Amino acid sequence: MPGITREEVAHLARLARLELKDEELDHFAGQLDDIIGAVARVSEVADQDVPPTSHPLPLTNVMRPDEVRPSLTPEQALSGAPAQEQQRFKVPQILGEE
Amino acid sequence: MTVTDLVSYEDALAAYDPVMGLEVHVELGTKTKMFCGCSTTLGADANSQTCPTCLGLPGSLPVVNATGVESAVKIGLALNCTIAEWCRFARKNYFYPDMPKNFQTSQYDEPIAFDGYLDVQLEDGEIFRVNIERAHMEEDTGKSTHIGGATGRIHGARHSLLDYNRAGIPLIEIVTKPIEGAGERAPEVAKAYVAELRELIKALGVSEARMEQGQMRCDVNLSLRPQGTEKFGTRSETKNVNSLRSVERAARYEIQRHAAVLSSGGTIIQETRHFHEDDGSTTSGRVKEEAEDYRYFPEPDLVPVAPSREWVEELRATLPELPRVRRNRLREEWGISAHDMQSILNAGAVDLITATVDAGADSASARKWWMGELARRANEDGVELAALPITPGQVARITALVSDGSLNDKLARQTIEGVLAGEGDPDTVVEKRGLKVVSDEGALGTAVDEAIAANAAIADKIRGGKVAAAGALVGAVMKATRGQADAARVRELILEKLGVEG
Amino acid sequence: MADLIKLTAAEIAAKIASGELTAVEVTEAHLARIEAVDEKVHAFLHIDREGALAQARAVDEKKARGEKLGPLAGVPLALKDIFTTEGIPTTVGSKILEGWIPPYDATLTKKLKAADVVILGKTNMDEFAMGSSTENSAYGPTGNPWDLTKIPGGSGGGSSAALASYQAPLAIGTDTGGSIRQPAAVTGTVGVKPTYGGVSRYGMVAFSSSLDQGGPCARTVLDTALLHEVIAGHDPLDSTSIDAPVPAVVEAARNGSVQGMRVGVVKQFRGEGYQEGVLQRFDESVALMKELGAEIVELDCPSFDLALAAYYLIAPSECSSNLARFDAMRYGLRVGDDGTKSAEDVTALTREAGFGAEVKRRIMLGTYALSSGYYDAYYGSAQKVRTLITRDFEKAFEQVDVIVSPTTPTTAFPIGERVDDPMAMYLADVCTLPVNLAGNAAMSLPCGLAPEDGLPVGLQIIAPAMADDRLYKVGAAVEAAFTERWGHPLLEEAPSL
Ligand SMILES: [Mg+2]
Ligand SMILES: [Zn+2]
Repeated sequence: MPGITREEVAHLARLARLELKDEELDHFAGQLDDIIGAVARVSEVADQDVPPTSHPLPLTNVMRPDEVRPSLTPEQALSGAPAQEQQRFKVPQILGEE
Repeated sequence: MTVTDLVSYEDALAAYDPVMGLEVHVELGTKTKMFCGCSTTLGADANSQTCPTCLGLPGSLPVVNATGVESAVKIGLALNCTIAEWCRFARKNYFYPDMPKNFQTSQYDEPIAFDGYLDVQLEDGEIFRVNIERAHMEEDTGKSTHIGGATGRIHGARHSLLDYNRAGIPLIEIVTKPIEGAGERAPEVAKAYVAELRELIKALGVSEARMEQGQMRCDVNLSLRPQGTEKFGTRSETKNVNSLRSVERAARYEIQRHAAVLSSGGTIIQETRHFHEDDGSTTSGRVKEEAEDYRYFPEPDLVPVAPSREWVEELRATLPELPRVRRNRLREEWGISAHDMQSILNAGAVDLITATVDAGADSASARKWWMGELARRANEDGVELAALPITPGQVARITALVSDGSLNDKLARQTIEGVLAGEGDPDTVVEKRGLKVVSDEGALGTAVDEAIAANAAIADKIRGGKVAAAGALVGAVMKATRGQADAARVRELILEKLGVEG
Repeated sequence: MADLIKLTAAEIAAKIASGELTAVEVTEAHLARIEAVDEKVHAFLHIDREGALAQARAVDEKKARGEKLGPLAGVPLALKDIFTTEGIPTTVGSKILEGWIPPYDATLTKKLKAADVVILGKTNMDEFAMGSSTENSAYGPTGNPWDLTKIPGGSGGGSSAALASYQAPLAIGTDTGGSIRQPAAVTGTVGVKPTYGGVSRYGMVAFSSSLDQGGPCARTVLDTALLHEVIAGHDPLDSTSIDAPVPAVVEAARNGSVQGMRVGVVKQFRGEGYQEGVLQRFDESVALMKELGAEIVELDCPSFDLALAAYYLIAPSECSSNLARFDAMRYGLRVGDDGTKSAEDVTALTREAGFGAEVKRRIMLGTYALSSGYYDAYYGSAQKVRTLITRDFEKAFEQVDVIVSPTTPTTAFPIGERVDDPMAMYLADVCTLPVNLAGNAAMSLPCGLAPEDGLPVGLQIIAPAMADDRLYKVGAAVEAAFTERWGHPLLEEAPSL
């Protein structure tokens, strides 16, 4: 299993929206490399014909009826907002798609 | 916006073969959101239909809307898909401020429905089969308003305002397999497919599928390959093409644009494109240099969905007649041309006419009123036909009054006017406005006698054999009775009294 | 007063019910204890003095009206700061949620209130429950009441320290990889991770959804059972909640016995990295159970050796997604919004400033494990390991009724020792992780002090899913026998603060 480079850590940080400082990149690169080196052991079972487990309990079809339940009030919904305007969450300019 | 030189459509098709893929998102008409009990009613105050779950507050959890799953299965069945025996939701991870959790709860490699098809009928009656890759369940995002830029667009905006009322509304995403072999008819196929899908969704009763309200949204993927080759070219993805006409135009434009780029030796880059309603063009959006890494994984907060075969069969049994089949049946029953049927369909009148016939009217009369007087009114008022304040039952009653001679066409129009003005049902309007045809032979006879006496010269001409002159006397009688007489009967009486054979 | 705070929850409830004590007296005594010692211990992040007293008064009024009181009415509790509390700050130990006041109560919070349990405040924890020492809290570490220079375990170190320092007789924890059991072990208290799905996760801030489980903590097995019964049960707001009756845990705790039970000892829970004194106390516990009539069975569960690796792929993967919502848009911290930066930049700057090192490490690790190209080798394989571990447990439980092990390989280590050595820190949970991966139930309870450092050692008892009552039956028997042997509860030996 390949180790992890500083560039890969920078890429992961971008994907995860973490504006890491340079020294953090170096520090984390070393630590993540150690951790990944250790956890890569799981691939010992990669070839085994066992189904993956995503849920610890074998439940299926848990659903609710299509019935309206009370919502929060707009005041409650916006109570934690860092900024608001016109009863909406005010956020910095969004780059990207329309 | 950069204007791209296009090659003519004919030249493009002479050299290249288009391959399309259509992705349609349909907002379901459930009462509540996909994963929480918040209402989905349109037009509510901003952020008044949100809760910890659809706001993505820390600690909140989703619970699946059973009706959302049922609708997905119905759509899958109507599209001739296989319904999964076991499938899961998955998280599609990407950051965007309109998505409260910064992952969309969707389905990935285990869609609830897959491998189906939809037969669509083209204008000349030809049937084209569009193969369906999958239909899966997911949730909508919130709505952003961009402040400070030109005309509320995202570019140049200083900040944005977010309303999460729409966040979490159930969506079904329906993806076609590559549509090959349509040739020059590709844009028409695209339009016909989306139109047919919309009819189907409406017939299933799972959504009103109003494209103008964003309840149904289409992405058009298109690529060209040189005629006679197999390998697909690089595709462009034109996003949010939100009317039937636009679907056709977008496909057509992209065929011409791709052809222009390819024939001048250029290469198509894989990118998203925006469609412009005003001139039918598309412009470049986001370039997809590398495939977006959504890091899909099974949603651990939801358990798998395993529709039992019994339930699936129960739902299959409730499916309505396919819209295309129904349209053809009605066309035959009504004895009209394909062109007339198309007009009725375009006017959104199929269900209204059917309901009027079901309420007792003959189909010709039902068509006449809905496609005539009522279509004119709807057009004038700028509303959908179905939104007029008159019911098929009321229209049927008016046709009954006409056919039993109580009303003539003119009076019937006035009755319709009264009903639309909120004066009550047809009988009430007739009563209140005093619109009944004067059929009292005595009263009518008196009116005819008076007309003959007042127009002696004309009466003489008629007696002399100039039967055509009777029209003037009929007019006089109709005037005297304020139009409430049956003109045919008046004519009969006049000729009778003057001793002339009609 | 000093005696009052040493009462068990069961005793307090009985005295309130009989009129010997009022709920207000009890609450005031615990608030005074917090006032006196928590500056040293730092178990609490927020103390809700007014709310606690109001709740206590309501209990006393109920009693005065002659209404029947629930089995824990008026008993004070320390709530881990990971459960939402309407109107009361909830930080999850993170700067990114500093000042956030939830507009809703977690289901567990609602159940506690409905049972008239008095919530004293919110306890310290490793940020987002990631850690085994509570040093990852953005609000400073918590001290172990046995030795304030040692860690109280984690992530629920605030809750375990509150119990061990008599600031509350009851506490709530959450256990994703051992965060209830390991703190219980190193502070000489009792903690239970119920079967996955036994206690609602609605309103419990998610770390790793398929592993997280809230549970009861106390100083005795019976108190733990009483609290278990209050917080457990089906919740329609949690799709992964078990829709079945709660196992009869209180009855089991009142009828402790290991007579005729088959008790498994797994050979993988031993070896390098295990402190000698810990193994010594563990072996004594096994011998004790044998004396009490249990049959001891040796078990081999080879897949357990891969549990740590699987855990450190699955938990970070889920956390990388669960923590994406902390983006500075709707609630919590916002950094760098100077009117020129984009939402994307503000999100990245906020997450950089708001998350601590361990949280960032795990987010990146999870992002890595889920990325295309690595998914199958890492996340996919980890899910296969999970299946193998579940099978090993299933096979084991065909042969035994419960499995026992040390809860943690070592006693409490010094604050600061492993804080920047993630792999060393992760080893603290090597015995507890397999249980979370399989979704079983497990308990930790005190089994003595390690001779070399005089610090508490925890005995872990593991039961099959839905058989949480077995933990209490066995735990109560072991607790009674040890207490008789020691002449007093182990916690009596802790230095007074
Ligand atoms: Mg989609
Ligand atoms: Zn909601």
